[in-house]
Amino acid sequence: MKRFTHALIEKNLILLGVLTLLTVAIGGLVQIVPLFLVETTIERVQGIRPYTPLELMGRNIYVREGCYLCHSQMVRPFRDESERYGHHSLAAESMYDHPFQWGSKRTGPDLARVGGRYSDDWHAAHLRSPRELVPASVMPPYAFLDRPLDAEAIRAHLRAQRGVGVPYSDEMVAEAANDLATQATPEADASGFSRRYPNARQAAFDADPKVVTEMDALIAYLQMLGTLVRFSDVTPDQLRQP
Amino acid sequence: MAKQTESNAATGVATTGHEWDGIRELDNPMPSWWLYTFYATIAFALVWVVFYPALPFVRGLLGNTARGDLAAVMTTEQAKAAPMLARLRDATPEAISAEPELRTFALAGGRIAFANSCAGCHGAGGQGASGGFPSLADDDWIHGGSLEDIRTTIRHGVRNGEAAEARGTSMPAFLQAGLTMPQIGDLAEHVLSLSGAGPINAAGAALFADNCAACHGERGEGNRQVGAPRLNDRIWLYGGDKASVMRSIAYSRAGVMPAWEGRLDAATINMLTVYVHALGGGER
Repeated sequence: MKRFTHALIEKNLILLGVLTLLTVAIGGLVQIVPLFLVETTIERVQGIRPYTPLELMGRNIYVREGCYLCHSQMVRPFRDESERYGHHSLAAESMYDHPFQWGSKRTGPDLARVGGRYSDDWHAAHLRSPRELVPASVMPPYAFLDRPLDAEAIRAHLRAQRGVGVPYSDEMVAEAANDLATQATPEADASGFSRRYPNARQAAFDADPKVVTEMDALIAYLQMLGTLVRFSDVTPDQLRQP
Repeated sequence: MAKQTESNAATGVATTGHEWDGIRELDNPMPSWWLYTFYATIAFALVWVVFYPALPFVRGLLGNTARGDLAAVMTTEQAKAAPMLARLRDATPEAISAEPELRTFALAGGRIAFANSCAGCHGAGGQGASGGFPSLADDDWIHGGSLEDIRTTIRHGVRNGEAAEARGTSMPAFLQAGLTMPQIGDLAEHVLSLSGAGPINAAGAALFADNCAACHGERGEGNRQVGAPRLNDRIWLYGGDKASVMRSIAYSRAGVMPAWEGRLDAATINMLTVYVHALGGGER
């Protein structure tokens, strides 16, 4: 007389494994399969473009330095957050982020909409010595970013991003090194660059246009965060997710 | 293999049937409070699935979404503040300053807005910071310290390339514009002498008259129309030692402030104007 009891499952390793897999699979399938049935969960807002080569390098530095450990990039849909930071973050705004930088910890403020809120000079001074400007800050100084940016592999970086779905064109990959230099040099001819990356800002981000530094790249990245979507033009229908 | 379960003599409770070195384990059932709490959580989950969004594309009977909740709470809260904010939006900063009720509200709201949007550069109390971040708590204004001037600066910012009416012009980098480093040294000495902080330098004075006086004034009194700071006081944006002044002349300086119109609504800009004006240096 063998009843189907808890003891029976516990004593049979294969049965335990199969039943565990089944239970977990049900949870996974219920959550994942329906998403294959829709075209996209990304809001249809205008203005999102891939990162420029300089911004992409800045983003790599952001990841390398672990900025995400103290700064989130996710304005959650709560009143206090939208009053402080602005419109809540959209899926569309991180659609070209591989990996995304939403973060889960705010020792410092959220950075999803930091772009344009400070001057380039402020960012450079603040990164070099945060407490000069914000006495209560616990952020470490990043003065060492004033060193030349190693952008040898910029085309490979773009191709790698393309490999995971970012729509960099062949032209963008071919021109990557030029575009990177152009964005950090205010006097450079930006006609091609601006066509490839609309609304990208050209500047001597760390006030020294002669050398493209890691500081330039990081500031270029920070200054574009959250600036691509013009929320004054967004309609409720564009924000609708399926 | 496990032995048959047996009743424990002392307690009358069945054992699990295992034996480890003569030690056997009683097979008591789970406490009923624990068991019923567990069943209750399962029942709660089922109720949750029916009323709240728990499955993809299923809204739940309450039709509740995080974004919907936000919209609802923002609508209620904005409606509460709307009458006062409408008055703050439509009044001029002068009128707000003159009326105690509006002024109290503006100072309270302005303090919060300042902490969020301005304190990063200008300091928590508006004290500024070295490196080109001017103090807002003194009476040394670059672009003017009247309520209207302050509001214009907040709305359009300074040299930001995003607002057509942004304040500020750009100073040439005089090392590129033809001056030599020794000349710039003379010039710096003259600039420092304007506030009595250094010896008179006649060569520097001549260079100043030719190159600087058009914007900064003959005696370095500054020009708010073009945003040229006063040089005859001892308040320095980028440091007041000779080396810093030489660097400013040689390579130029161009502080940038974002335009806040578009980022902040008109009522908030009015509150900020009144708040900044009240920080200590507001002019009539």
